[in-house]
Amino acid sequence: MSRAEDTEKKIKKLKDVEISVPIVYGNISFWLGKKANEYQSHKWTVYVRGATNEDLGVVIKRAVFQLHSSFNNPTRVVESPPFELSEAGWGEFEIAITLYFQSDVCDKPMNLYHHLKLYPEDESGPMSTKKPVVVESYDEIVFPEPSEGFFARVQSHPAVTLPRLPAGFTLPPVPVEDASKRKRGDTKDHPLSQWFMNFSEADELLQLAAARQQVQAHIAKLRRQISLIDGQHQQLKSTSDQ
Amino acid sequence: MDAKDILGLPKTPLPITQEKKSQPKKDSQRKPDGISREVYALTGGLAPLMPSIDTTQLKRRPPSDEKITWQWLPFTNSARKDNLQLYHWVRVVNGVSPTGDYSFAKYNKSVDIVRYTDEEYEKHLTDPMWTKKETDQLFDLCERFDLRFIIIADRFPSSRTVEELKDRYYSVSRAILLARAPSPGDVSAHPLIKEPYNVSQEVDRKRALSMVLSQTKQQERKDAEVLAEAKRITESRMAARGVEESTLHVAPNAGPEIAETANVDGTVSPSSNVQLASAAVAPSTSVTAENASTLASLRMLRVYLRTYALEQMVQAASSTAGLRTIKRVEQILQDLGVNLKPRVPTKAVCAEHLELRKEILTLLNLQKQLQYKEAEGSSFRDGSYTEMPGTPKRSHRDQDGIFIPDSMSFGGERAGRRDQKRKGPGRLSDAPASPAAHKRPRKLKASDL
Repeated sequence: MSRAEDTEKKIKKLKDVEISVPIVYGNISFWLGKKANEYQSHKWTVYVRGATNEDLGVVIKRAVFQLHSSFNNPTRVVESPPFELSEAGWGEFEIAITLYFQSDVCDKPMNLYHHLKLYPEDESGPMSTKKPVVVESYDEIVFPEPSEGFFARVQSHPAVTLPRLPAGFTLPPVPVEDASKRKRGDTKDHPLSQWFMNFSEADELLQLAAARQQVQAHIAKLRRQISLIDGQHQQLKSTSDQ
Repeated sequence: MDAKDILGLPKTPLPITQEKKSQPKKDSQRKPDGISREVYALTGGLAPLMPSIDTTQLKRRPPSDEKITWQWLPFTNSARKDNLQLYHWVRVVNGVSPTGDYSFAKYNKSVDIVRYTDEEYEKHLTDPMWTKKETDQLFDLCERFDLRFIIIADRFPSSRTVEELKDRYYSVSRAILLARAPSPGDVSAHPLIKEPYNVSQEVDRKRALSMVLSQTKQQERKDAEVLAEAKRITESRMAARGVEESTLHVAPNAGPEIAETANVDGTVSPSSNVQLASAAVAPSTSVTAENASTLASLRMLRVYLRTYALEQMVQAASSTAGLRTIKRVEQILQDLGVNLKPRVPTKAVCAEHLELRKEILTLLNLQKQLQYKEAEGSSFRDGSYTEMPGTPKRSHRDQDGIFIPDSMSFGGERAGRRDQKRKGPGRLSDAPASPAAHKRPRKLKASDL
């Protein structure tokens, strides 16, 4: 394959195909207990991880966490996965997370906003140094019409959700990287992983299916009632015409 | 007892305290100009509710040498022409009674009405619709009642509308002004010339106004009617439920399929009201179009979050619905125990979520339609609702209990009523039996205000 062809492949867009990257972003915060002082009552970690804890480095090149201006160097750049940042502090604030993607993915960065949470919802309970406050959001980064190069590169990567390609469409196989060579960017054995939340698509779908069934049944009932009334009207009309 | 006594302060306190204490007292009584800046700021600089008297008047004490008496004196009123002698109390300073005209005489304003000669009438003012006698009467009345045309119309011997009278008066006055002026330019600034009376516009204005005014009353009455009919509607609905119940017994499996097919082709049973049926179908087609454009604009972003895409789609799907409908959809979602924003917004979840929202919109539409049909039915049955014989009655609550609280059916009712109002005129025309249909013409006559 010539070099020109290769670049063309990289730029060429795949229509009606979208690549999505399921992510979870949020924070885990531990109260410092006895070690807490006026300015540092909590130790927290804010992060963007793969929903199944896969390495996001295949898509995301860099993450920039914008902290509150009272921190030293409030703009923190994380150049490699896992994209996380640990700090200590006393206050909650909104953290803007800017994600920059690999060059063949997208040249536009994307912003996430996470409100740092340190204190548990129900304030009555005693604060514990053992049990952290965990706030996570599930979302998916969607790339509509990805480039062929990107598609080919990530087609078998577990961090990415891909559709089946249209029939007759083949992509050249990409040399599989030696996993051992790479620095590990996944969060599967993350020290905090026991606190990670579960996001079950199945539960959500079940709930929606149940709701839809109820609504559909109600719709059917309404339609029957309407046709019934129409029937009555017809009857009344015909009797009054006589 | 004094505040100082209570506080145990000396009787002759510091000048500062004295100032503080005495000022508010004066303020409230008769020295508004002595008000301190701070206190005045508290009032927000607002105008007083009651008309206040010029403070300089209050401040000025009457000179001690002035001797004021009040006397019962006769007076004449220049506004009167009969020289009637009346008496009133007058403030007399040092024995000198006030001279000059009666102070209220200046309020007797009279309108300067142009009069014409016979010759002028013949030359400029002849009108096939008006005789000279009528015109003379009109001008006499105009003078007598100072152009109060409502009264003039009331006293006018022949039946003429206010607009006709005004038109005649203003056109005659204009014609005379123009005829008497040496050149048209001399009187062009005169209000009668500058702003000619426009009969048709005036008639239209009053018709529009009376329509607006009569509309609200109509609606008020309609509301009362709706409330009065509520009982009948519930009755008919219960009967309908009974029948539905029996059909369910006959074909327990047929129901959903029928509904499903009806859903697909969009036809909503044989209906007398085509407009309504099409209204129920329209949103689904426009929704797909909006979806396409939303998707296109999302593609332009090159990268976006799934939650953002869902928000956009939800917005596009409900763009045809009103704010209240959107709120109702969200309420129903909550009642169903569904998150307004999915917790795990995968592609499949978002698609399902959107479908659910669309179905709820359809549901609300159908509720509206049913409500409408029930109202329509009860109106053309003209109160003589014949209950289906032998249909088992079932309680309302029993039926609805499975799904969504009563608030839903109640909301549907409200929506239905609103719908009725909006489509009011259209409905009246195809249901002439409705009592409301007679109201409009009568209302129009009352436009001569």
